Amino acid sequence: MKKLNYTLLLICGLCGIVNAQAPLGKPVPSADIKTLDGKNINTSTFSNNGKPIIISFWATWCKPCKKELDAIAEQYEEWVAQTGVKLIAVSIDDSRSALKVGGEVKSKDWKFDIYIDENQDFKRAMSVNSIPYTFILDGRGNIVWQHNSYAEGDEANIYEIIKKLASGEKLNE
Amino acid sequence: MITTKILQSILKCALPVLASSTLAVAQVNLNTMGLGEIHGNFQANAQYYIPDSTIGAADVPEKMLFNGFVNILYTKGKFTAGLRYENYLNALQGYPAGYKGTGIPYRFITYRSDFLEITAGSFYEQFGNGLILRTYEERNLGLDNALDGVRIKAEPVKGIYLKGLIGKQRSFFTQGPGIVRGIDGEIQFNELFAKLADKKLIFGIGGGFLSKFQEDKDPTLVLPQNVGSTAVRFNLSRNNFSLNGEYAYKINDPSLDNNFIYKHGDAILLQALYATKGFAVMLSGSRIDNMSFRSDRTAQLTNLLINYIPALNKQHTYSLLTFYPYAAQSKGEMEFSSEVKYKFSKGSLLGGEYGTEILVNYSGSNSLDTTNISIDKDTRKKGYTSSYFSIGPQVYFRDMYVEINKKFNKQWKSTLAYTYQVYNKDVIQKPGTGTIYANIAIVDITYKMNKGALRMEAQHMATKQDQQNWAYLLLEYTINTNWYVAAGDLYNYGNDHANERYHYYNISAGFIKEANRIELSYGKQRAGVFCVGGVCRNVPASNGVTLTITSSF
Repeated sequence: MKKLNYTLLLICGLCGIVNAQAPLGKPVPSADIKTLDGKNINTSTFSNNGKPIIISFWATWCKPCKKELDAIAEQYEEWVAQTGVKLIAVSIDDSRSALKVGGEVKSKDWKFDIYIDENQDFKRAMSVNSIPYTFILDGRGNIVWQHNSYAEGDEANIYEIIKKLASGEKLNE
Repeated sequence: MITTKILQSILKCALPVLASSTLAVAQVNLNTMGLGEIHGNFQANAQYYIPDSTIGAADVPEKMLFNGFVNILYTKGKFTAGLRYENYLNALQGYPAGYKGTGIPYRFITYRSDFLEITAGSFYEQFGNGLILRTYEERNLGLDNALDGVRIKAEPVKGIYLKGLIGKQRSFFTQGPGIVRGIDGEIQFNELFAKLADKKLIFGIGGGFLSKFQEDKDPTLVLPQNVGSTAVRFNLSRNNFSLNGEYAYKINDPSLDNNFIYKHGDAILLQALYATKGFAVMLSGSRIDNMSFRSDRTAQLTNLLINYIPALNKQHTYSLLTFYPYAAQSKGEMEFSSEVKYKFSKGSLLGGEYGTEILVNYSGSNSLDTTNISIDKDTRKKGYTSSYFSIGPQVYFRDMYVEINKKFNKQWKSTLAYTYQVYNKDVIQKPGTGTIYANIAIVDITYKMNKGALRMEAQHMATKQDQQNWAYLLLEYTINTNWYVAAGDLYNYGNDHANERYHYYNISAGFIKEANRIELSYGKQRAGVFCVGGVCRNVPASNGVTLTITSSF
């Protein structure tokens, strides 16, 4: 009987691990990234007063990334007004183009929070394969949705999810 | 009694599983079970090869080749542990030959408290801009020079950042012979002094020292076993203006890269930016002299690189623009880059309803102005001398690039680009291949429909050198947010040899759902140089079916 119990406990443990793998509800891992003016910040401190957060990985050389952020930028004021959402755009430009990030952001007049992940420490900690890559965090700062690549119109899906989170609805997925 | 116990166990087991189907409960479950979090990602690339003697696609004896990896990260409280399993059975064509078989070449454990972080095992690290140290990975290129050792990062007071490390570098499934050790410090004054926190002027300085040890087993030469390097840097910004720079110096480091000369190496990098709403101008320049730095004197290609020399030219994405890709010349070069971005605002004459963006970039690179020391006078084997401020006569690269981005209305948007490139293939790729002068034009049009989108890329390159003119047409149909199909043809229509005017066509279809992406493609790939982030490798011609799967969990 004891044996059986142990077996069950073991299965329990495995179930737990499977649970832990579920893509919902993880906090943001800790990594050191930089602001545009060179200050250091740890990613575990990201917060938005209980409102949802979008984390978008991009780079100045990534065309679809910029398309996605341009598309969101066009509607961003409305998104913020309606849901209080904050978009954090994390550039993975390395030292050859990191300084261009500021130029890109200001000339495009993006109103997002911008950081630079120069040696991809945060990208690695977030298990990002390739960019563009987008995460959505709920009001408690847990990752509840993630998406790789950008197709025209994807921003509408993102906004739907943000609206649900802002109004306290549960995500179906 | 026994049945109740079993039932209880089953319930204990089953409940969390059921509970995890809803997010809110899942968190409670994870927290109460105290199991920590596991996440990671996965990628698999498989290619089935079809020989094609016309384009030079070789007969692959295995028929099918495969590259894949899984990263697993486990976090609990202040601890994070991770590993990567890699599988090359056998590695895709064009991938570095050292990747053979399977293994776990990357594993680490990190402890992190408020002011201290300790990592044992594999890690990636960069000091400043990377001029003396950058270990990183570009999985698609097969570049991975991770250190395996110990690293300590500390923030004793806010605004002061210290790092120390020791380790050996990864070389495929083994390690390089050299030991790498280094320390780095950085002070950000606006973080350190509360009085400066809200000042407009933001200022920071940093510096690092890095040394490698490799035993001297050379029967004839007396080689330095310890090679030290040091770098100092600063960052400065005020309102719309930013400036940063770094200077690095390395003592003599005879290696295969520099023909075993005993000259020191140095590098300087300066970058400036002025950016305001709708306008940005950027200038950068570098001078690199004998700065190839590896943890094995005889390593080649991208193997066992300790430092990173950034190429400053614009990083292009359109395929014909990257036909002749520039890679920084760590042996020696003087490089510059300038870029202006302007956005005609919404509602203005040229801006229209959505604004119009214009970008002009001019970048280039030349040799250093060097004088060889004649062999009979070069008693200390210094090889050459170089003049610090004068630019060498040999042009390595030029790129004069103009790009216009315009969104016309909710349906239509386009990108037009034109460039004139000069590419010294002799120096950058292979001696005896000459210099290429190319005019390249790009038209990229997107038509957005109710659900999906249609995109067309038309590209043309005109050159009298190498394989002469090329044309490329790509059609991409995004059916909805999940599915896409694409077809393209790269045509060497202008080849002087009429029988070598090959088509390199490619069709592909992909499925994306959340963090998962699957793509199946069939087509031909020309032999060429494939680059990511300024690091390049040669890829042979191929023909076949490719399956790519990526996933994060």
